[in-house]
Amino acid sequence: METTYWQRLTKDINKHKGLMALAFPGLLFILVFYYLPIFGLVLAFKNYNYSDGILGSPWSGFDNFKFFFTSDAAYQVTRNTILLNLCFIILSTIFSVVFAILMFELGRKSVKVYQTAMFFPYFLSWVVVSYVTYALLNPEMGVVNMLLESFGMEAINFYFEPKYWPFILSFAYLWKSVGYALLIYYTGLMGIDRTYYEAAAIDGATRLQQVWKITLPLLTPLITLLTLLSIGKIFYSDFGLFYFIPANSGALYGTTEVIDTYVFRALRISGDIGMASAVGLYQSLVGFVLVLTVNAIVRKINKDNAIF
Amino acid sequence: MPTTSSKLSAGRLAAHLVFILFSAFCVLPFLYVISISFSSERDVALEGFKLIPKNVTLFAYKYLFASPTSLLQAYGVTILVTVAGTALSLLLTAKLAYALSRKDFRFKNLLSFLVFFTLLFNGGLVPWYIMITKYLQLNDTLLALILPYVILPWHVLLMKGFLTDIPPELIESAKIDGAGEWNVFYTIILPISKPALATVGLFIAFVYWNDWWLGMLFIDKGSLTPLQYLLYRIMNNITYLTSAVRAGNVSIDTSQFPNESARMAMAILACGPMLLAFPFFQKYFIKGLTVGAVKG
Repeated sequence: METTYWQRLTKDINKHKGLMALAFPGLLFILVFYYLPIFGLVLAFKNYNYSDGILGSPWSGFDNFKFFFTSDAAYQVTRNTILLNLCFIILSTIFSVVFAILMFELGRKSVKVYQTAMFFPYFLSWVVVSYVTYALLNPEMGVVNMLLESFGMEAINFYFEPKYWPFILSFAYLWKSVGYALLIYYTGLMGIDRTYYEAAAIDGATRLQQVWKITLPLLTPLITLLTLLSIGKIFYSDFGLFYFIPANSGALYGTTEVIDTYVFRALRISGDIGMASAVGLYQSLVGFVLVLTVNAIVRKINKDNAIF
Repeated sequence: MPTTSSKLSAGRLAAHLVFILFSAFCVLPFLYVISISFSSERDVALEGFKLIPKNVTLFAYKYLFASPTSLLQAYGVTILVTVAGTALSLLLTAKLAYALSRKDFRFKNLLSFLVFFTLLFNGGLVPWYIMITKYLQLNDTLLALILPYVILPWHVLLMKGFLTDIPPELIESAKIDGAGEWNVFYTIILPISKPALATVGLFIAFVYWNDWWLGMLFIDKGSLTPLQYLLYRIMNNITYLTSAVRAGNVSIDTSQFPNESARMAMAILACGPMLLAFPFFQKYFIKGLTVGAVKG
């Protein structure tokens, strides 16, 4: 008798009952917190009201999108999200690659203290970091303004001056994340075959030449991969950084408002759920297309490095 | 590492200098926060924030502990959420990751993809928020601070990376002896995976301890405010702290309120346990991060 697909399937389910049962609670959480909300994306085309729920609320066509894309906000938050993230990716890559190579050159033992010091900010939450930046930027008592005054310059009221914020946010981002990012590159370097260096040293290559001709080329695939991955996520931002560090100051929205904070404010502060979900859908879709594109590029360069 | 020469060349010296400067950049700002928390309000008002307090005083801390109700409540909430959340999350993450790590599991690829896909595409904030508040009715409950993070796809993939290293023969031999999957999981897999459980557990605990997001979205009740969210509310509105302290202690003169130093003292208290645990945790963290980076 020929076994059909379904018969085989039931047989397999039966055979793997135990494993299915182990996986079940976790899968249930995945279903409830990740997959069911996807259906909620229809909200972007509805005029949501709480009592009717997602299914019962009346349709509104593309009104939510029209409202968002004809406002100045659409351009502003998209620009801020992309430019700031791009800035972070470039700075973070340069700093962490240079530091990782320097650490590699100095040797594991002599860099332990630095590693700990640089890794430390990674453990603080963005809320705590906002206290740190407040201590530095406070207009009257802040460390930066005290320094400026001691050089005879005028104090700056940072929380009302949007033009400084791309720099401040970049600094805060670097401060918190370089210690972590460099670790990944450092681990990559640990995997390099030492005999390359021995051979190069015999041939009379200097340390700098070894870095240029051996270390960097061998690190390039990892740099490419991690950079492309972060470009795939460029439409998403680190909410805490953009929400807490500028202390929620309205004067700064011009340079600090990103898609994630905009959606949050639309949802929680102005309560415009329809528009918040329209912007959310815009973010999800563009983000998804970006990830797929980036993956296709990675696949083209080197199949083994592709994510899927 | 490259050819090992311990000679202190000019290049090495320069590299050390770069690291010393950047390490200072990483640590100094936080030292300011510590210093301000030990300064008197008068010194701060007159001379600004200094790296070394002119007069060391515990006034800000005493002030916060004069009526510590909201602080202790927040600590209680955060500790409870961290302990309960980590236990539940670690167990379910390990179970799911174990099933996905089994090479002979027929649905391994399909289910792994379902977990992985959530990292690429999801419904975003709004539908997730409505799911939790309207359909699960979790707002203003402790469950709202726990359940949304029980299964984080990244942790499942990390755990799976660890568990794939278990030799299949070990499982096979146990099954020949007649043990069922559950038995294998609890009596063999869990005990031999202690290092993996410790590392992933640490990541999970870190997520719960440092979280303000769930509190910000789902908690309005003062008594359920987690520590990080309390800290945010204090930063946002210093009178929140003043009123919280004053409510329980009428004898304190509010004009004496140590504004800046009390703020910073709050920050120190909120990350205190993390700070003390940091040197001890660091190596597990590094291990987990590198495993994740290589296999994830």
